[in-house]
Amino acid sequence: MILGQVVLNGFLVGAVYALFSSGLTLIWGMMNVVNFAHGDFVMIAMYVAFVVFTALHLGPAVFVPLAAVLLFLLGVLVYFSLVRHVMRGPMLAQILGTFGLALVLRYATLWVFSANFVSLPDNLLGPVVTVAGLRLEPSRVVAGLAALTLTIGLHLLLTRTALGSRLLAVAEDRNAAMLVGIRPDPMQALAWGIGAACTGVAGALIALFFYISPTVGESLALIAFVVVCLGGFGSVPGALVAGLLIGVIESLSAFWIGPANKDVVVFILFLAVLWFRPQGLLGKA
Amino acid sequence: MTEGSAAGAHADKELLAVHALEAGYGKIGVLHGVTLRVAAGEVVALLGPNGAGKTTLLRTLSGLLPRTAGEVRFDGRDMRDAGPREAARAGLVHVVEGHRVFTQISVNDNLLLAGYDLPRGERAARVDEALSFFPEIAAKRLDRGGALSGGQQQMLAVAQGLVRRPRLLMLDEPSAGLSPVLVDRVLDVVTRLRAQGTAVLLVEQLIDKALAVSDRVYALAQGQVVLSASAAETDLHHRLERAYFGA
Ligand SMILES: Nc1ncnc2c1ncn2[C@@H]1O[C@H](COP(=O)(O)OP(=O)(O)OP(=O)(O)O)[C@@H](O)[C@H]1O
Ligand SMILES: [Mg+2]
Repeated sequence: MILGQVVLNGFLVGAVYALFSSGLTLIWGMMNVVNFAHGDFVMIAMYVAFVVFTALHLGPAVFVPLAAVLLFLLGVLVYFSLVRHVMRGPMLAQILGTFGLALVLRYATLWVFSANFVSLPDNLLGPVVTVAGLRLEPSRVVAGLAALTLTIGLHLLLTRTALGSRLLAVAEDRNAAMLVGIRPDPMQALAWGIGAACTGVAGALIALFFYISPTVGESLALIAFVVVCLGGFGSVPGALVAGLLIGVIESLSAFWIGPANKDVVVFILFLAVLWFRPQGLLGKA
Repeated sequence: MTEGSAAGAHADKELLAVHALEAGYGKIGVLHGVTLRVAAGEVVALLGPNGAGKTTLLRTLSGLLPRTAGEVRFDGRDMRDAGPREAARAGLVHVVEGHRVFTQISVNDNLLLAGYDLPRGERAARVDEALSFFPEIAAKRLDRGGALSGGQQQMLAVAQGLVRRPRLLMLDEPSAGLSPVLVDRVLDVVTRLRAQGTAVLLVEQLIDKALAVSDRVYALAQGQVVLSASAAETDLHHRLERAYFGA
């Protein structure tokens, strides 16, 4: 039964990984720009949750949507003020652009909140219930299910709506999209907004049961890159499957070889995938 | 077909007028003073050797590339500040080379996308209208664009252009990579468009097939118009050859 518990916890965390990784894969697929600040976006959202809870005593019903909106705005702002300009430059400028942004966000947070680890109360959403021998922590269950729903929702937005068609059209061929009258700029800004909003929701949800610190974005970014590589660049369903998989693998390795090594396991897995299937587990060759 | 014959009432109404157009990529000039015109409802073939600048010309006319000098008027309107969106809205529609369709979305969504800014009812009607030219892809409405054969993708690309109900449809090598039967199918559409009064600027490598559906012909070489003639003129092959090599 304990193994079932470990897998369940991994699955629930994995759903949150899937959500913020979907944001990264969307941005990547739209314009071939890697957002090195993605993990730090998640970190910012975690602090939004922390501040709203500690200063205003308001719960996730407020801080999750609020983080989504704030991060959406941050994404759009970053697109117009930074990405749009560095995209025209050489590859190195693109890398340094978002990498520099990551450092700015990290050190600004460090300056405001100090390096201390903080966290939200354990039982913010109520006490643990035990069902058929499984311990269900409400915060993890709510976070996992909400993230799962939103990731599927993002996939449906892209594949089932007219707006999604326009986003995918710009992603596939900017010029061809322009020839049917679509302006790529607003679409790309929207992709940054949606991608960042994914980190907003994911960060606010994961704050329910993760330690919060200015450097937490580093390991979350690593997870997002691994998930996107595993799932195939630009694929939301790929990110969903890969996110859940990484969540479970991480949980199992923490259980078997100790929590301190879980990042190493994830990274070794990442290298193995790059070695054997550079297009990702689900990506096409 | 001689100049203006079946195009009826529109025959001499100028639709596209290009004067001393220059354009290129960055510092590299490709078009060096191109002057040509297309009347409403006429089919004009644009021929020329590889690298002559045919694609560059279409890209400049549709606003994908900025012009460095010269003038483009479409339907009397100065297109100086027109980008691809404005050109498409004005009815100057460009179907790019290489049967370019959106592979991840369905045939139907490809067509809806081409008219995304139209009111819903109008858009559906336009999609049906465009598909009426291509029964073979109408049967595949729900398939992904990427699942079509090359020929079907070319038809879809042309159909996407038709959704905008163009006044001038610019086709860049629609026959490239297609079997002879499919080439005839696609060029047959040009004839049907002409019959309904839509002008076409047709870039082609298949000279005879292009001339058979055209009223007039221009030849471009090294970024300049080197020949302008009626498609019915005799001895065109010979003249084209000489024009290409600057003899
Ligand atoms: N993206 C680009 N950047 C720089 N130069 C380009 C680019 N595209 C084309 N050229 C150059 O511009 C010139 C004209 O090319 P263009 O594609 O317009 O010719 P074309 O007449 O369409 O030829 P083809 O029959 O091969 O399609 C060529 O010398 C080509 O090398
Ligand atoms: Mg060409």
